[in-house]
Amino acid sequence: MDISSINPILLLASLIVAATPLLLAAIGELVVEKAGVLNLGVEGMMITGAICGFAIAVNTGSPVLGLAAAAVGGAVLSLLFALLTQYALANQVASGLALTLFGLGLSALLGQGYQGVKPPAFPQVDIPLLADIPVLGPILFTQDPVVYLAFAMTAATWAVLKYTRAGLILRAVGENHDAAHALGYKVVRIRVLAILFGGACAGLGGAYISLIRVPQWTEGMTAGIGWIALALVVFASWKPWRVLLGACLFGGVNVLQLNLQAAGVAIPVEYLAMSPYLITILVLVIMSADRSSAPAALGRSFHASQ
Amino acid sequence: MKLTKLLTTAAIALGLATGAMAESHGGKTKVGFVFVGPVGDGGWTYEHNKGRLAVEAEFGDKVETVFVENVPEGPDAERVMTQMALDGAKLIFTTSFGYMDPTLNVAKKFPKVKFEHATGYKRDTNVSTYSARFYEGRAVQGTIAGHLTKSNIVGYIGSYPIPEVIRGINSAYIHAKKVNPDVQFKIVWAYTWFDPAKEADAAKVLIEQGADVILQHTDSTAPQAAAQAAGNVYTFGQASDMAEYGPMPRVSSIIDNWAPYYIARTKAVMDGTWESVDTWDGIGKGMVGIGEISSAVPADVKAEALALKDAIASGAYAPFTGPLKKQDGSDWLADGETADDGTLAGMNFYVEGIEGTIPN
Repeated sequence: MDISSINPILLLASLIVAATPLLLAAIGELVVEKAGVLNLGVEGMMITGAICGFAIAVNTGSPVLGLAAAAVGGAVLSLLFALLTQYALANQVASGLALTLFGLGLSALLGQGYQGVKPPAFPQVDIPLLADIPVLGPILFTQDPVVYLAFAMTAATWAVLKYTRAGLILRAVGENHDAAHALGYKVVRIRVLAILFGGACAGLGGAYISLIRVPQWTEGMTAGIGWIALALVVFASWKPWRVLLGACLFGGVNVLQLNLQAAGVAIPVEYLAMSPYLITILVLVIMSADRSSAPAALGRSFHASQ
Repeated sequence: MKLTKLLTTAAIALGLATGAMAESHGGKTKVGFVFVGPVGDGGWTYEHNKGRLAVEAEFGDKVETVFVENVPEGPDAERVMTQMALDGAKLIFTTSFGYMDPTLNVAKKFPKVKFEHATGYKRDTNVSTYSARFYEGRAVQGTIAGHLTKSNIVGYIGSYPIPEVIRGINSAYIHAKKVNPDVQFKIVWAYTWFDPAKEADAAKVLIEQGADVILQHTDSTAPQAAAQAAGNVYTFGQASDMAEYGPMPRVSSIIDNWAPYYIARTKAVMDGTWESVDTWDGIGKGMVGIGEISSAVPADVKAEALALKDAIASGAYAPFTGPLKKQDGSDWLADGETADDGTLAGMNFYVEGIEGTIPN
C-alpha cells in the first residue's frame, strides 16, 4: 500500500474531467424536466453528439467546430423526440427509449470509418493569474474550455430558473401546463425549445467524451453515462447545484477508487467499484430530505383542446 | 407517471426492438451470436463478428447469421438467447464469460438447438465450450513489457476477477519478471468489459502512478488513446490487432482468431455431426495470434519475444512451467513441472511476487 503515489492535484483535476460530460447531459435534462417533459433519450443524444462532434472535428481539424456540430447533432435528434411527443402526442417514455435505440444505431452508422482516427487536440486553457494559485490553480483553472463552459452553464441555468421571467414561465409550464396555457403562454413552443436545449447539452456531453476525455471514437462509447445523468437529475431533486455536486461526487469517487486500487489500498475492490453509485445516491438522498418534488406535469402530454 | 406504467412501457419498447430480428428462412441453417459489446468496439466483439462474417463468406446462401450486440451479462441474456432459439436458430454462440449460466438455462429449454459458450467451463449435451489460450500471448507480452519498462511499473487493467483474466495477469507477470527482476505490476479492476471512458480513466490513473507500460484485459481501444495522449507509454492490442495505434503506443497485440472454429462448428451442425466438446486452442493451432511487433521495440527484444512465441507454438515451452510459487509462498509447480488444464481453467490465485488481493 502506498497512498503517496496518488497525486491529489492530478486526482482532483481528473475528477473534474470525469464529472463534465455527466454535468452537461444532466443540466440539459434538468431543464427539459423542469418544462414538464421526460426525455429518456439522453444516452442516444449523447452518443449522436459524440460522433457528430468527432467527425466534424476530424474533417475540419477544428475541435471548436466539432463541439458546435455535437450540440447541433444532439439538438436535431431531440427535435425528433419533440415532434413525436409535442405534436403527435406520443408517449414520452416510449419515444425516449426509442430515441436512445435510434441514436445508438445512427451513431454506429455515422461512425463507420472513424475507428482508430485521432481527433485534433483540444487546447488546454490556463486562465491567467488564477492558474498560478497554488493547488487550486492546477485543479480548477488549467482545464479545457468545455469544463469552464459546463460550470458556467450550471450557474446560468440556476440563475435563469430562479431569477428570470423566462425561468418562471418554464417552471410554470412544467408544474401546470393548463394554467400556463390559460395565461397565454405557448406551452408546446416552450417545451420544444427546452427539449432542443437538452439535446444540445447532451450532444456536448457526448462530444466531450469522444474529443477530450478518451479521445477516440468507439461504437457505444458513452456506455450508460446518459442513464446515470437521468438518474442524477432525479436524485438531485431538479436543482442545478445538486446536479453539479452529484456529478463531481460520481466522477470523483470513480476516479478516486481507481487511484486507490492502483495504489494497492487494502479495501476490497468490489466495495471500491460500487462506491461511486452508493455514495452519490446516499448523499443526494440525504440532501433531498426537504421533500422537493418533481415538476407536477412531468411526463404528461399537453394539447390545447384538452 | 407511475413507476409500474413506466416499467411496462419500457419492457414493451424493448420487446418491440428485439422482436424485429430477422425471421428464419427455409433451407438455411440459422446461426445466432450474442455479443457483450458493440461489433465496432475494435477489440473482443469486433473479432467475434469477424468470425461471424467468415461463416457467412464460407457457406453463402446456406447459412443465415443473426446477432444481438450490447447484451448485458445476466438475465437479459437469457431473453435474447430464447428469442434467437424461438426464431429458428440451430446454433447459438454466446461470446462472453458472464453468459455461462444463462446459456445452460436456455439450452435446457431447447434441447435440439446447439449452444457454444466462449471462455466458460460448464457443458451439457447441447452446450460446448470454447476458448483460446490467451495466456500464451500474455507470456510474449510480458517478455516485451519487462524489457520496455523504464519505471519498472507495469499497469494492468483487469475487467472482472475471473480465471481467464487472472491467468493473463500471472502469465504476463512471470515472463516480465524473468527478464526484469525489479518489475512491479499495478492492477486495476474496471468491473466492465466495455466502457471506453472508464477504461481511459483507468489507464490515466496507472500512468499518473508511474506505469509506462499498460496491459489491458478490457475490450475497447480507449486505453490506447489515453496512452497515446500521455506519450512515452507502451500498450498492447487486446483481442484485436489495434494496429491503428502502432507503432507507438501499441507495440504488439494478442489477436483472437475465431473464424476457423466458427466455420467448423457451423459445418458440424449442417452435417449433423455436432457433439458437445471442450476446445481450448492457443498459438499453435492459430486461435491466438501475436500481432506485428512494432519498430518501437529493440531488435533483440523482438527476437526474444518471437523465439518464445515459436517455442510455445511448437509445444516446446509451456508458459506455466515450474518452479513457481503461489502468492502466499506455498509451492505450486516443482522445477520443470507444467500446470494441468484443470488448474489453469479454475485459476484463482496470483503467483508469488504480485501485490494485492484478488477480489471475490
